[in-house]
Amino acid sequence: MSANPNKESFVRTIIVAVALCLVCSVLVSSIAVMLKDQQINNALLDKKKNVLVAANLLNENTDIESAFANIEQKFVDLSTGQFVEMAKPQSYDQRQAAKDPEMSVAIENDLARIGRRSKVVAVYLVKEKSRVEKIILPVHGKGLYSTLYGFIALESDKQTIVGLKFYEQGETPGLGGEVENRNWLALWNGKKALNDRGEPALKLVKSIPQNDYEVDALSGASMTTRGIQNMLDYWLSDQAFGKFLSKLDVKKGEA
Amino acid sequence: MAIEAKAIKQVLVKPIWDNNPIALQVLGVCSALAVTSKLETALVMCLALTAVTACSNLVISTIRNQIPSSIRIIVQMTIIASLVIVVDQLLKAYAFETAKQMSVFVGLIITNCIVMGRAEAYAMKNGPIMSFFDGVGNGLGYSVILIAVAVIRELFGSGSVLGYTLLTPIKDGGWYQTNGLFLLPPSAFFIIGFLIWAIRAWKPEQVEESN
Repeated sequence: MSANPNKESFVRTIIVAVALCLVCSVLVSSIAVMLKDQQINNALLDKKKNVLVAANLLNENTDIESAFANIEQKFVDLSTGQFVEMAKPQSYDQRQAAKDPEMSVAIENDLARIGRRSKVVAVYLVKEKSRVEKIILPVHGKGLYSTLYGFIALESDKQTIVGLKFYEQGETPGLGGEVENRNWLALWNGKKALNDRGEPALKLVKSIPQNDYEVDALSGASMTTRGIQNMLDYWLSDQAFGKFLSKLDVKKGEA
Repeated sequence: MAIEAKAIKQVLVKPIWDNNPIALQVLGVCSALAVTSKLETALVMCLALTAVTACSNLVISTIRNQIPSSIRIIVQMTIIASLVIVVDQLLKAYAFETAKQMSVFVGLIITNCIVMGRAEAYAMKNGPIMSFFDGVGNGLGYSVILIAVAVIRELFGSGSVLGYTLLTPIKDGGWYQTNGLFLLPPSAFFIIGFLIWAIRAWKPEQVEESN
């Protein structure tokens, strides 16, 4: 069948294999290097967009970069609730840190079912000069099938919810997947996530919400709803953001 | 030249209805289930698969006389895998939102039987130009089924097509009760089954003889 009788020899086989590997590896690595900046940029822009959506600051015509200009990224050590400086703020990856025993802690009362969390967490502050207008906190926790990742934005009273946004989830489409439904997320605006003592107080209820501490749960998605409830109960408690929220001075923007 | 143009048309059009990779050969069904809950992801997947099949056929056909038969499968795999990585990287750079939704399924084009099948069955025996068009043709055949499935699933599952709402769902204040089954992968099995039935009713020569 061959046009080239020598091509089956041992040496030819090795030569073809090596040549092919060289060509393919050069192609793949050069493409990866060439597009790396663009991809990192995309991921960064995506994160900024999610923060803006959680804080209700994104309209259809908003330019993401300019809208993000009044938002400051800060790092918080959750055990003390104080701001810390990171050596490499750009490359700090919370998910990687949560896997590293040096940079993370095991969670004792693991409501959110995430096992470990990083010691340091990035938070976002919407600022008007030094005054903090809105506080955007990253939250994540297990739903039914997947871990949901999102941001919750609070007003400067540290109680009232501005908005919520889940940017990564693998719940059942049409049921738990409705956590991304804008109409449902709009229900959260103005609700109170914490009570006057700074304890997590919001409840997802299956009846008509009676007060500011209740949000209508998603129908047909009990397990996802429970996951969100537990996630908020954990992240807003003293185990996680509680200390930071009580220490944060919204007038000076210090903690 | 006239014969060649006719032959090219033949390899381009034949896989669409007469020898459809999904409907007749029943290859590449895995991705047809995974990425068809929305038309947008299905379209990107079709483009990605067509590009990979066409380019891998072209490359493999060009070097077909140099490939030792003892390592031909792994040579094909290496070429296909490299092309898939290139496509995946391009999507992540220029279509980030969609690429995020498709997650692993772009990478899984590597294991798509259509790509491998065309490389082994066609590109190893035919010239580069014909092989290229054979790849495009099979990509189109795959696309026709994917787009049909995705339109049906998105319309009945979410009430929209390509993100534009046609049937306003109850949960957004409209009248349409969305059918959750269409959002789940098993529904694509049923739809593909019905499509195969429809194609075979139209072209009875595709029906296998029963024993």
